Amino acid sequence: MSAFWLLMIILALAAMGFILGRSRAISSVQGDRRQLHSLPNYYGFNVAMLAFVPAVLMLGAWVIIQPMLISGQVSTHIPEALYEDAGQLNLIMSDVKRVADGLDLAVALGAMTADASSQLNTDTTDIRAMLGEVGVALGGDVDPSVLTAAQEMRAKTVSGNLFMTIVVLVVAGAGFIAAMMMTRGDFRARNAVEGGVKALLIGAASIAILTTVGIVLSLIFNTITFFGLFPAGDFLFGLTWSPEGRGGSEHLGILPLLWGTIYISIVALLVAVPIGLFAAVYLSEYASRATRAFAKPLLEVLAGIPTIVYGLFALTVVGPLLVNFFGADGLGWMQGARSVMTAGLVMGIMLIPFVSSLSDDIINAVPQAMRDGSYGLGATRSETVKQVVLPAALPGIVGAVLLAASRAIGETMIVVMGAGAAARLDLNPFEAMTTVTAKIVSQLTGDSDFASPEALVAFALGMTLFLLTLGLNVLALYIVRKYREQYE
Amino acid sequence: MSDASLQNGPDMGTPRAKSSILQLDQRTKKRNASETRFRAYGIAAIAVGLVFLVVLITSIIFKGVGAFQQTFITLDVELLESKLDKTGERDIEEIKKVTTFGYNPLIENALKAAMDEAGVDNPFAKGKDLRKMLSSGAAAELRRFVVANPDRIGDTVQFRLLASSRVDGYLKGRVTRDSLARDKNLTPVHLDVVDQLKDAGVVAKGFNLSFITGADASESRPEQAGIGVSMLGSLYMMLVVLACALPIGVAASIYLEEFAPQNWFTDLIEVNISNLAAVPSIVFGILGLAVFIQFAHLPQSAPLVGGLVLTLMTLPTIIISTRASLKSVPPSIREAALGIGASKMQTVFHHVLPLAMPGILTGTIIGLAQALGETAPLLLIGMVGYIASNYPGGIIEGFMSPNSAMPAQIYEWAKRADPAYYERAWGGIIILLVFLMTMNIIAIILRRRFERRW
Repeated sequence: MSAFWLLMIILALAAMGFILGRSRAISSVQGDRRQLHSLPNYYGFNVAMLAFVPAVLMLGAWVIIQPMLISGQVSTHIPEALYEDAGQLNLIMSDVKRVADGLDLAVALGAMTADASSQLNTDTTDIRAMLGEVGVALGGDVDPSVLTAAQEMRAKTVSGNLFMTIVVLVVAGAGFIAAMMMTRGDFRARNAVEGGVKALLIGAASIAILTTVGIVLSLIFNTITFFGLFPAGDFLFGLTWSPEGRGGSEHLGILPLLWGTIYISIVALLVAVPIGLFAAVYLSEYASRATRAFAKPLLEVLAGIPTIVYGLFALTVVGPLLVNFFGADGLGWMQGARSVMTAGLVMGIMLIPFVSSLSDDIINAVPQAMRDGSYGLGATRSETVKQVVLPAALPGIVGAVLLAASRAIGETMIVVMGAGAAARLDLNPFEAMTTVTAKIVSQLTGDSDFASPEALVAFALGMTLFLLTLGLNVLALYIVRKYREQYE
Repeated sequence: MSDASLQNGPDMGTPRAKSSILQLDQRTKKRNASETRFRAYGIAAIAVGLVFLVVLITSIIFKGVGAFQQTFITLDVELLESKLDKTGERDIEEIKKVTTFGYNPLIENALKAAMDEAGVDNPFAKGKDLRKMLSSGAAAELRRFVVANPDRIGDTVQFRLLASSRVDGYLKGRVTRDSLARDKNLTPVHLDVVDQLKDAGVVAKGFNLSFITGADASESRPEQAGIGVSMLGSLYMMLVVLACALPIGVAASIYLEEFAPQNWFTDLIEVNISNLAAVPSIVFGILGLAVFIQFAHLPQSAPLVGGLVLTLMTLPTIIISTRASLKSVPPSIREAALGIGASKMQTVFHHVLPLAMPGILTGTIIGLAQALGETAPLLLIGMVGYIASNYPGGIIEGFMSPNSAMPAQIYEWAKRADPAYYERAWGGIIILLVFLMTMNIIAIILRRRFERRW
C-alpha cells in the first residue's frame, strides 16, 4: 500500500475516532454533559489525536529511513571490482535505483508481469531497450550485477512496504483503542488535547533551530569532504582561482573571490552610507510631516524591488553607461560592461533604503531632551545633529552599516549579472571581478554530481560566506541592542 | 572654576565687537551658511534616492514594454494536398508523417504570393532566404493547425505567423541595417522587403498575448519565448510557501509570544530566528540542495523543492510580523477571557488570534512577495535553464516536474546571447513587478481596513 493511501486510512480512522470518542464520552455520563470534565469535542479530538499523530510520525520516519537502509544493504552486494571510490558507487546506486524504478513502471504500465520482472536476465533481454520503451532512459547498458541489485532492491522495498503498512496501522489502531479506553466522564480531555497542541507549537518554533542545524550540517559535511579532496591551505591562502585547469592543475584559492566581494561591498557602502545617512537625518530632523509621508515610502520602494531587477539594471543600463564614460571611447579604463563599479553602484542603490530606515529608527530613538538641551545652548539644527544626535546615535549607526555590509556581502544576483566571472586581484574598480556568491552559483548551477572538488568547493565558499555574514550580524545586533538599552 | 574661566576667557583682552541681532556677524553668517549647506545635503540625498527610483522605473518601462508587442506576418497559406496528404485519404497518421520541412514550401509560396500582391520584387533566388523573415517556428505552427484540422487540407487559410526576431527588432528599432552587416540570420535586403510589406499591411505589430501565456523557447527563437509556464511554476511555489510557512510561522509565533517560558531554549530559538532573517538567501539555496535534493532525493528543479526552500527563507519574516501583531492585542482581552474561565489555549485561539489575524495576513503577504522575487536559491536547486518549455500535465506534475519560476526565467533570458532576449527579460520584470505591486497593495488595504488601534 502506498504511503498516500495509508495516510488517507489514518485520516479516516482519526475522523471516525473523533465521532466515536465524542459520543462515548456523552454516553458515559448518560447524556448529562455537566458531569463531563471537558467539552465533548475535546474527547473526540483526544481520540483523533492519539490515532493520528503517532501513526503519522511513524509513517514519516519510515518513508525517510527505509530507502536509506535498503540502498545501504543493496550496495554491499555490488562487486567491489566495479567501483573505485564512494563517488562511483553513488553513480552505480543511482543506476540501480533507475532500473528498479523502470521495472516498477513497466509492471505498472502492463508491459510485463510482476513475475517476469523478477525473472529478467541481462543475457536474454536487452533491459535498456525494454525500459526505453516505457520511457525510462538509461545512460548505458545494464550490468548483470546492477540488474540483480535492482531486483533485490525491489523485493526489499515490497516487503518493507508491507511491513510498514502493518506497523503503521497497528500503531494507529493502538492509539485509537487506548484513547477510547481513556474516554470517561472524569477524564481530563481538554488538558490532554491542549498538551498535544502545545507540543505542536513547540515543534513549529523549533523549526528555526532545525533550519540552522541543517544549514550548518550540510555546509560542514560537504566542506569536510572538499578538504579531503583539496588541501585546506591552498583553498584559504591560494592567490589564483581557475577551476578549469587541465590535468589536475586546478587552483581554488579563495582570496581573489574574497577581495572581489570586499571591494564591491566597499563601493556599495560608499554609495549607500552617505546617501542613506543624510536622507535619514533630513527625514527625521528637518522634513515636514508631509515630506516625510511622501519620501519615506518612496525610498522604501527601492528595498522592495527584487534583486534580479537590479541585476538586469546593472547589466543593461548602468554597465553600458559607465562604458560610455570610462570605456575605450572615453578614458579607456574599462573593458566591458561588467565591473566592480557597475555592481557596486547598483548594490549601493539597493542598500540606500536599508541604511536610511535603520538609521532613521536609531536617530528617532535619541531622546528629545538631548536635542532640547543643545538648542537651549544656542546651537543650530545642524550643529545639534552633528555634535549631539549623531554622536549619541553612533553605535546604532555603526550597527546599521555593519548590517548593510552583511547584506552586500551576501548579495548574489547583482554580482552574478553585473560584476563578471573572472577572479582577479586588482585595484582598478573598472575591471571585472567576481565574488564568493557568484562563484557558488556558477559552481553549483545545474550540477547534480557532488563528487568533484569543483562542485564541492561551493560548499566551502558557502561556509565562508555564512561565517562572515553571521559574524557581522551578531556583532551588529549586539551593538544595536546595547545601544537601545542605553536610552530605554 | 567658573570665575577662573571667565577671567581667562578669550574675550577678556579685546573689547567685544559691537553687534546687533539685526546685523549678523561673521561667525553667525558662517554658522547659518553651514546650516543651509547641511540641509541641502539632506535634500540632495533624498533627491538622489528618488532619482534612482525614477530612472529604474522608467528604464524598466521603456525597455520592457516592447516585449508585449510582437511583429506578425499575415499570410494566406494554401494547404496543398499534394504536399501534405499524398494519399488523399485524410489518414491522420499519414498527415503526421509530414515533418515541418514539408510545410516550408507552402510558406515560401504564400510569402511570394503576398509579395506579388503588394508589388514587391523578390530579390532572392532561394525560397530559403525569403523564409528567414519568418520565425523558424512558423512551419510548426502550420503543422499543428493541419494535424488538428485535417479536413482543411486543400483550402487556403489565413495565418498570422510570427516574424523572426530580427524583423521584429527592426520594427521596434533595435535592429538596424548597420547591425545586420555581419549577421547570418538576416540581410539588409530583407529589411527593404519588410519595409514594403509593412506599407502593404502584411507585416504589422500586434499585442503579444503569447508572451504572457506561452512557454520558454530555445535560444534561436526569442520571438516565441513566453513567461506563462514559469508563472505557473511561481504559482505552485507560492502555494507550497503559503501552505507551509503560514501555519508553521503562526504556530511558532504563538508559542514564543504566549507560552514560552524565559529559559535557554526560548533564547536559543529567538537568537536563531533573528540570525536566519539575516542569512544571505543563497545559503538557503545551499541548504535546499544538500538537504532536499542530496539527502532526501526530492526531484531536482521541482517547484515543491523551491517552495520548501523559500518557506525556510520567509519563515523569519512571517514570525517577526506575526509576533508584532500578537503583541499589539492588549492584555485586557486575555485577562477578560481568562477571567470568565477560558483556558490559556482557548484564550489564544478563540480571542487573541482572531484579533491579530489582519496583521498576520499582512505580514504573510509581504513575506510571499519577498519569496516571489527571490532568485538566488532557485538557481542552486536547478530551476534555471531551458526547462519551462511545457505546461505541466496535472497538479501533481505541477509540483514535482521540473519548472522554472518568474525571476529565474528572467535571469535565464538575461544570460542568453541574443539581445532580443533582454527585451523579454525586461518584459518579464514588468509582469513580476505587477504581481509584487498587487500583493503589496492588498497588504496595505488589509492593514488600513482591518487594523484596530487599541
